[in-house]
Amino acid sequence: MKKDIILAGVGGQGIISIASVIGYAALQEKMFLKQSEVHGMSQRGGDVMSNLRISNDEISSDLIPYGQADLIISVEPLESLRYLGYLSPKDGWLVTNTIPFNNIPNYPDMEKVMAEINKLPHHIALDADTLAKKAGSARSANIVILGAASPFLGLAYEKFEDAIRFIFRTKGETVIEKNLTALKLGREFADRNI
Amino acid sequence: MKIFLFLLRYIHNTIMANKLLLLGDEAIALGALDAGLSGIYAYPGTPSTEITEFVQHSKAAKEKKVHCTWSSNEKTAMEEALGMSYAGKRAMVCMKHVGLNVAADPFINSAITGANGGLIVVSADDPSMHSSQNEQDSRFYGKFALVPILEPSNQQEAYDMVHYGFDFSEKYKIPVLLRITTRMAHSRSGVVRIDCRDQNAMHLPDDLRQFVLLPAIARKRYKNLLDSHQHFIEESESSPFNTYSDGPDKSMGILVAGIALNYLMENFPGRKISHPVLKIGQYPMPRKLVEKLIAECEELLILEDGYPMIEELIRGYIPGEKKIRGRFDGTIPRTGELNPNILALALGLPDTKGLPVPDLMVGRPPQLCAGCPHIDSYKALNEVLAVLPKGRVFSDIGCYTLGALQPYEAINSCVDMGASITMAKGATDAGLVPSVAVIGDSTFTHSGITGLLDAVNDKSPVTVIILDNATTAMTGGQTSAGTGRIEDICKALGVEEAHIRVIIPLKKHHEENVKVMQEELGYNGVSVIIPRRECIVSIDQRMRQKFK
Repeated sequence: MKKDIILAGVGGQGIISIASVIGYAALQEKMFLKQSEVHGMSQRGGDVMSNLRISNDEISSDLIPYGQADLIISVEPLESLRYLGYLSPKDGWLVTNTIPFNNIPNYPDMEKVMAEINKLPHHIALDADTLAKKAGSARSANIVILGAASPFLGLAYEKFEDAIRFIFRTKGETVIEKNLTALKLGREFADRNI
Repeated sequence: MKIFLFLLRYIHNTIMANKLLLLGDEAIALGALDAGLSGIYAYPGTPSTEITEFVQHSKAAKEKKVHCTWSSNEKTAMEEALGMSYAGKRAMVCMKHVGLNVAADPFINSAITGANGGLIVVSADDPSMHSSQNEQDSRFYGKFALVPILEPSNQQEAYDMVHYGFDFSEKYKIPVLLRITTRMAHSRSGVVRIDCRDQNAMHLPDDLRQFVLLPAIARKRYKNLLDSHQHFIEESESSPFNTYSDGPDKSMGILVAGIALNYLMENFPGRKISHPVLKIGQYPMPRKLVEKLIAECEELLILEDGYPMIEELIRGYIPGEKKIRGRFDGTIPRTGELNPNILALALGLPDTKGLPVPDLMVGRPPQLCAGCPHIDSYKALNEVLAVLPKGRVFSDIGCYTLGALQPYEAINSCVDMGASITMAKGATDAGLVPSVAVIGDSTFTHSGITGLLDAVNDKSPVTVIILDNATTAMTGGQTSAGTGRIEDICKALGVEEAHIRVIIPLKKHHEENVKVMQEELGYNGVSVIIPRRECIVSIDQRMRQKFK
């Protein structure tokens, strides 16, 4: 099994947390992993992306070649489109939040952004902010998105639950429960919409 | 050595099956701690910052009393590390590539003095300039100083190279340069630890004149360095990090350095390459291995992240019979970071493409955070300067450099740490009055103080605005060397007390802040304005810690 994943968003939206959960789950399965992160200046409200590669075999490149990603996971709709050059045109999936993070004066018309997302043959687009609030934690939109991406990651759903319990272990039972609910709401949306 | 390392790793793999998932930066820090580090010295700089932060957050480092507080700049860091090496202990100094410019004087001379305790200098290059003002290649500094260079191709090698580098440094009494790139620094993968080693006991150099670079001694030391250099080349020939793997297709030989190896392998499923490959991880170049590759192959493809240093070395001026392909002939783009697709094209393999990015895509540049004190400072400054012709604000390296972008467009320069004050001073010498310098508190203590002294000595009509947010914000909120003492430092340099003005950059103080700036711009001498308000991100982090 091998999955190449592009994580996208705006600095501060929590894409590294998504990567940590997937990474932990993959390592528990004794998989190989490479993850290239963004630090520094771009974190200040700019676009950020991370390359995450998990595989049963040894991984060579830290960067995913163009057109080879199995999945783009984005916590922001415009950002989900920025990295389409990496997505496999054959069978790549795009999973994205539909709620924009509008911090630029020339943010494109939302209807047009959504039209571009809806054009893609394999996509899941969901309002993760509302589902996160429903889960009791507005800050867990990233985990909702992870839940929606979980059917495409090649790992059993329980592995992500275990990973959340581990990653958030110092934050207390309430935070863990809220994130597990966020994960579940995302997953249920994906299951209904695949 | 190589087999021994392999065996140890195999045992660990089998017994523990426990790989640590580490950034390249973290692997280097852990490697240093496991290899008996006594002190790490650094000034923060992307992509090198996390090396020092890992040591600062390490319980083991605390127990073993490893020195790990930030230095004022890369030069002081390099010299402090050299002092620890003098005293016989293992020291590491870390910086981003442009930091090595600041530390160049002690770095070059440390090759002449040599080391006593193991000394590793880590320089993190930034090809493609993800967070930098240039993409200079630190390997040239290593070559210039005549010191050995290690360049890892993955995180495990980064970890192993620190152990190896410290041993090498002590064997030959020479500082070792560890060169990484952003991709190595900020990419995570599995690392297996090897044995831990105790710190060295303090012991001074056998020859107490080793570090006295008076000309007569320096000449001997330099000769000694040149003699050692022959040994460095021999070490490179047998280094576990320089490997020659044969292949049946001799139409092309591949010479690949550092992380470029990963992109090469990516293009060969099963990691089997039909061409001979010489992989370089240790410099000076292993001459015999290079000659073997040249002799056996019809042409050469050279793959290195950064400048075409190896390519230039092999190409030389005298035309050879062999075709050499790389960055000079356009096989590889002349600038920027490598990736698997660039290498596929260079290898004549089919390129891969994804889906087209829609035309509606727009850029999302980084920007000052909502509530950032710099916003209020720039709004006041822009209002004051609106009456004057544009182009008189010299700035510096930090979050406030984003003031160059819309909607502020408030600054006209960003060159190197500290250059705001000195460039403003030079511009006033040329008649541009008033000239304004905008610099952060941490950049001021890094390299701004001496420039301010120049301005004071010349009574230059400059207005220096020191944006004091009490942290080194750009790199993630590290301590700032002059927190709480900025006015005192300015006063001690000779800035008149009446012209050191502290203001609070908040919307509600806008009118009075404008007035203060107007007054000081009108003063025909050095004035310092200190807009002081804590970084909004720092406050957020502090509150989270408090209510965790």
